[in-house]
Amino acid sequence: MSRVFIALQDNENSRFIVEAISEDNPNAEVKHSPAMIRIEADDRLTIYRETVEEKLGRDWDTQELQIDMISIGGNVDEDDDSFTLYWNS
Amino acid sequence: MNAKTSKRLNMKDRYRIMTRDLAWEPSYQRHEDIFPQEDFEGIKIVDWSQWEDPFRLTMDNYWKFQAEKERKLYAIFDAVSQNNGQMNVSDPRYLNAVKLFITAVTPLEYNAYKGYARVGRQFGGVGARIACQMQSIDELRHTQTQIHAMSHYNKYFGGMHDFPHMFDRVWYLSVPKSFFEDASTAGPFEFLTAISFSFEYVLTNLLFLPFMSGAAYNGDMNTVTFGFSAQSDEARHMTLGLEIIKFILEQHEDNVPIVQKWLDKWLWRGYRLLSIVGMMMDYMLPNKVMSWAEAWEMYYEEAGGALFKELERYGIRPPKFAEQTVIGKNHVSHQTWFVFYQYGHATAFNTWIPTAKEMDWLSEKYPDTFDRLYRPRFELLAEKAAKGERFYNNTLPQLCQICQIPLAITEPDDDTMISHRDTVHEGERYHFCSDGCRDIFHNEPEKYVQAWLPVHQILQGNCGGADMEKVIGDYYRIEMGEDNLEFEGSPEQRRWKQWKQAV
Amino acid sequence: MMSVNANYPNYQGPVRDRVENFHGSQLVYVLWERHLLFCAPLTFLADPEMSFVDFLSEILRPALAPHPESEQLRFDEAKWRLDGEDFQPDLEKSLIDNGIDHKSQLRLITPWLSDLADAAI
Repeated sequence: MSRVFIALQDNENSRFIVEAISEDNPNAEVKHSPAMIRIEADDRLTIYRETVEEKLGRDWDTQELQIDMISIGGNVDEDDDSFTLYWNS
Repeated sequence: MNAKTSKRLNMKDRYRIMTRDLAWEPSYQRHEDIFPQEDFEGIKIVDWSQWEDPFRLTMDNYWKFQAEKERKLYAIFDAVSQNNGQMNVSDPRYLNAVKLFITAVTPLEYNAYKGYARVGRQFGGVGARIACQMQSIDELRHTQTQIHAMSHYNKYFGGMHDFPHMFDRVWYLSVPKSFFEDASTAGPFEFLTAISFSFEYVLTNLLFLPFMSGAAYNGDMNTVTFGFSAQSDEARHMTLGLEIIKFILEQHEDNVPIVQKWLDKWLWRGYRLLSIVGMMMDYMLPNKVMSWAEAWEMYYEEAGGALFKELERYGIRPPKFAEQTVIGKNHVSHQTWFVFYQYGHATAFNTWIPTAKEMDWLSEKYPDTFDRLYRPRFELLAEKAAKGERFYNNTLPQLCQICQIPLAITEPDDDTMISHRDTVHEGERYHFCSDGCRDIFHNEPEKYVQAWLPVHQILQGNCGGADMEKVIGDYYRIEMGEDNLEFEGSPEQRRWKQWKQAV
Repeated sequence: MMSVNANYPNYQGPVRDRVENFHGSQLVYVLWERHLLFCAPLTFLADPEMSFVDFLSEILRPALAPHPESEQLRFDEAKWRLDGEDFQPDLEKSLIDNGIDHKSQLRLITPWLSDLADAAI
């Protein structure tokens, strides 16, 4: 078991992204630091476009994540509908 | 209404069309003539088409997202300067971390821009070339946004006026400069392993996350904003760094020992370089976010641990000497600040003894080392300073041939003894701070015999003569009494008090 | 030792710190063991023909003066190591005749000065 993580800027967009992550990944742990939100999970964490769109109330492109993301740990798998971080080991 | 699915190509198709389909097979030139640096490092690439950018970022979207990032960033810069943002920082001592940043880190961004432009030209695979092109442009953006962010502070504070000149000359800036030049003069695959993987993936989190969060905590809006804007690119660079390593390892089993040697080298090089960041976090941020030891645990021991566990399947083991970094995390920030404090006449920033409250924080964060070793040193020097004998070390230190840091770091198994190693190569003696640095020399002695060691250059007479005041003032362009020396009683402190009273 | 892997054969960087580059002088490093007020060993430029005793009185003694224990420091009672080996200096002989050549490291060992020793100051 290894931890994956994503760190986001603490801003308006991220607030909704974090809500979406928490809903879709019940085991994810959210940690706040000054100006930054860090979300960790065991082995795997997925962000679904549909959930984020529902929270934001508008269209959202998974690649838009690039604007708010500060750092990640884990392999990335991204397509039009989701963004996943995972470790194989 | 969601038009996404009907009108637009999906991400995978768009990536194929906008990267691979832009390439062509050469018909009248040989591959090895077009990409002459692809082979000499011994790395074997069987199939470049296996290269995949997991973000599948194409040039059109790249410009769109980068433009959005810039709009947000420059709106903040404008707001900071229009609202006298410099007065909102927690404490004027904080600005010294910013001075160190623009002199030591911003020039590395510029070197990264040049480095990716160069190696991007050298790869036979189009996916790799496009990824390097984007990263090269990112790094230039980081250079520019950092200069813009700090130009506001440069109107009010010293030490930032000649940063590119200083980067090429000042003794402690030879540490980041020689680090990057070592990578830039390596072959293209070693460059990617050094910068994309070891530095970006394994180590930059330690610079940008806790330090930038610290900038926010100390009221420095410009730095936190450019820092996080740059880091949003870094997240992409990091992913690329991991993909590169996996790609190289999957291409051929002969690549494994070569990559392992590079990982051993560049983790150690990066660890030594980050001594400066440790010092910034523990000593230069008046409001603290986390200690250097905590940051090392979170970002190296935990995150790096997960990473190297992932790479085991390829036959990669954790970097050599990694266990020494775990011991060193409780010493390195204190030892580094102690170096800068005593050579504070030759720095483009002010130095000081931590306040009583700050020392208590350090005791709490470093229960095994601070009270036993470092508090007594700082208290002795505080006593001297109170008597008007502020300690400046007027001798020159012995430097490590590889990392170029003064030999101020102690043995892993004896923290009262300076760590020192040496070797004789072709009749000439060379000195090192550690087994890690000596190993690096032994692997490529012909490269490191030419190190431009600032102390030796001064003593050869190449830095404007034997008078240290001239070396510091004329050759380095550190303005005596203005940019350097003790913070207490400095012009910087005096001006700050006047401004605060005027408000 | 291995060899650099360059993109042309027989790569050799210039040896930048050869003794010839120091205009008749040589470098001598001195480490006062377990005395870390001076954060790192010191680098001195010295005439290789200078006697060891002159090196001590003219170069090393003044350099160490800021250390609180410098007044108690007696060179005639000190132990020395030179480039990793135990070393008995001949005070009247030159540095070079004592075997202290370019980029040698001398270690000064004074275990009995211990007021500040717990913190290795």
